Amino acid sequence: MFDALSDRLRLALSGLSGHGRVSEEDVDVAMREIRLALLEADVNYKVVKDFVRRVRERAIGAQVVESVNAGQIVVKIVHEELTAILGAGDRTFRFDGSPAVIAMVGLQGSGKTTSSAKLARWIVRQGRQPLLVAADPYRPAAVEQLITLGKSLDIPVYSAPAGTRVVDIASGAVAHARGSGRDVVILDTAGRLQMDEALMGEIREVHAAVSPTETLLVVDAMVGQEAVSVAEAFHANTPVSGLVLTKIDGDARGGAALSISAVSGLAVKFMGTGEKTDALEVFHPDRLAGRILGMGDVVSLVERAQETYDAKEAEKLAEKLKKNAFTLDDFLEQMQQVKKMGPLGSIIDMIPGLGGAAKQAQQAIDRGELAHVEAIISSMTRAERADPGILNASRRRRIARGSGTSLPEVNRLVKQFGEMQRVMKMMRGRGGKFPGMPMGPLS
Amino acid sequence: MTAPERGAAAPDRILLQNALKPTRQGFAERVKSLLGSDHPADETWEEVEEALISADLGAELAIEVCDRARARTDVGPQKALQLELLQLFAERKPVPWPRIPGPGIPAVILVVGVNGTGKTTTIAKLAYRFKSLGAKVLLAAADTFRAAAIEQISSWAERIDVPVISHAAGADPSAVVFDAMDAAVARGMDVVIIDTAGRLHTKANLMEELAKIRRTIGKRIPEARPEVLFVLDATTGQNGLLQAKAFNDSSGLTAIALTKLDSTAKGGVAFAIERSTDVPVLFVGLGEKLTDLRDFDPNAFVAALFALDGSAGS
Repeated sequence: MFDALSDRLRLALSGLSGHGRVSEEDVDVAMREIRLALLEADVNYKVVKDFVRRVRERAIGAQVVESVNAGQIVVKIVHEELTAILGAGDRTFRFDGSPAVIAMVGLQGSGKTTSSAKLARWIVRQGRQPLLVAADPYRPAAVEQLITLGKSLDIPVYSAPAGTRVVDIASGAVAHARGSGRDVVILDTAGRLQMDEALMGEIREVHAAVSPTETLLVVDAMVGQEAVSVAEAFHANTPVSGLVLTKIDGDARGGAALSISAVSGLAVKFMGTGEKTDALEVFHPDRLAGRILGMGDVVSLVERAQETYDAKEAEKLAEKLKKNAFTLDDFLEQMQQVKKMGPLGSIIDMIPGLGGAAKQAQQAIDRGELAHVEAIISSMTRAERADPGILNASRRRRIARGSGTSLPEVNRLVKQFGEMQRVMKMMRGRGGKFPGMPMGPLS
Repeated sequence: MTAPERGAAAPDRILLQNALKPTRQGFAERVKSLLGSDHPADETWEEVEEALISADLGAELAIEVCDRARARTDVGPQKALQLELLQLFAERKPVPWPRIPGPGIPAVILVVGVNGTGKTTTIAKLAYRFKSLGAKVLLAAADTFRAAAIEQISSWAERIDVPVISHAAGADPSAVVFDAMDAAVARGMDVVIIDTAGRLHTKANLMEELAKIRRTIGKRIPEARPEVLFVLDATTGQNGLLQAKAFNDSSGLTAIALTKLDSTAKGGVAFAIERSTDVPVLFVGLGEKLTDLRDFDPNAFVAALFALDGSAGS
């Protein structure tokens, strides 16, 4: 997530390290790169302008304290400013009331229906009884899509005969929820273009009729410069209360989130991180800002892991990540656990500095190579697993034979693991040098 | 049958201009007023650059286009900018699309893209267009993953009155394609259009699945030279470039359809994509009606950005 942006920022700021003081020239060099990186990330150009100006002002002549260099100071300022933008607005998700009504709105194809199902599942986990409502009578099979998703989650779906007005569907759904003991109503509305006056009028009508507790604007992380005007158009027609940022599991840098928060003051409340219905995360601006800067997000990783591991396991994992006491056995166990936990991509992005190596691991799992990895590691002796350094050519040949794989495969695995260890070591060394960085309770 | 032809069509230009109306308000007026003088100031060019960036051209390309327009002395600044933008698109020659492999062999169109770009709607529009031209069209419901995707394409097929080959949800998409190829040959179809599940280009296994679908087409109909149509949402930002490259690598794109151009989005990333992949944008989606899929005409596209009458260009 946000990989390329972090890389660009790191690259731009690496030139600054080693200086004793933050000079105007230093900052200008960094700002030029930051501007380009943010624009490439689809952050709105006006937001970029403002962001760069603010960071520049704060960075020039910033007090250089002992043991901290100019680069680190700029990183810190950029991090704080990113957090400030992403953290603007109220992130509380309100679903009290009887019933609470949640309206999902957004452009066509942004992921409203999938997000509605994910949100319903999330709400069930909070101990409430949601009712999904198919309020999109226009797109062919949109109703069937929601019904299928509802069935797979064992959550009831309210739908009305074709031709029913959307406002009547909404009112009917609320009445139905009252009668059937469902306490949260999720309206999956039709996708629309922000210039579509008829559909916008429909949104206003629905709002007047059922006054939603939350109106969530679903925004595709891949959206470009239009994000701001889309948000403004929706906001003008219905009081949007927050954003759901979808498809963040791709490599889109998601500048849309920064832009909308900066311009409208709306906060991201949830992120969609995969195709499965459990791939919805609560949004943490400081962690995301950390990820943008390539600092990783150990806190999210451990939280996510806790849903699969017990607490003790999670602690052990966090410890291992911190200390880099990470052996091939752990590597295998991680891959197996991670497979259990779901798509690796969303998890791997949270591990500090693991970018490249992690992506390889992800692709290995995608390609079904986990079985080979298991076989190779199982064919090693205990000593070899603890210290792959002793794996000479003859040992490797034996392992290849024993696991029914090939020598290049064994070599590749050992190399990948070495790479991973090296990166982790590097991160540990670097992590200690960021005194002012909010890394959460684990650091 | 006669091969469906493509090429610049004049009426499309007017439609495109109307659809791009929200685009030109703002963008065009800014550029026009900015470049009104013969020798715009540096700050003016910077603002033009920003206008291009706001149209999703990307910072790098916007800077490059402005630099080249500035360097031109043969025409005024506004015309120069227009010509340089046009330069980014290859010239369109009217060739049959899709390619017809030979007599009795169906043309195959594989439709790919990330989630939510409008693949199924675009397929419906294509099917409608080919059917109107007298072709026998068969649809293949190879999106077996997304909930109700099969119902969605089947409901379009019914509306257009074309047959559709489908399996149960969750089936192997290649198996659907396999059957669709057999059915197309057996029933003497002219065109087969394959719907695939939306997929993020970063998922290696899903991209491999597309490659497998392509191989399946070749296995059943070795002579087939499938067209691979990449459907791109015009609201997409710079990520569109990465998408196009990844899909091109895995399945060899032959054309791009730019959808949802009737929104306020400018679709500027199309400039960068065609330039870096050499895959031409052939179609634009301008609305929700079956007739709202048009041939892409670079002249009209650039002219519409500037709200001119289309006299610019060649």
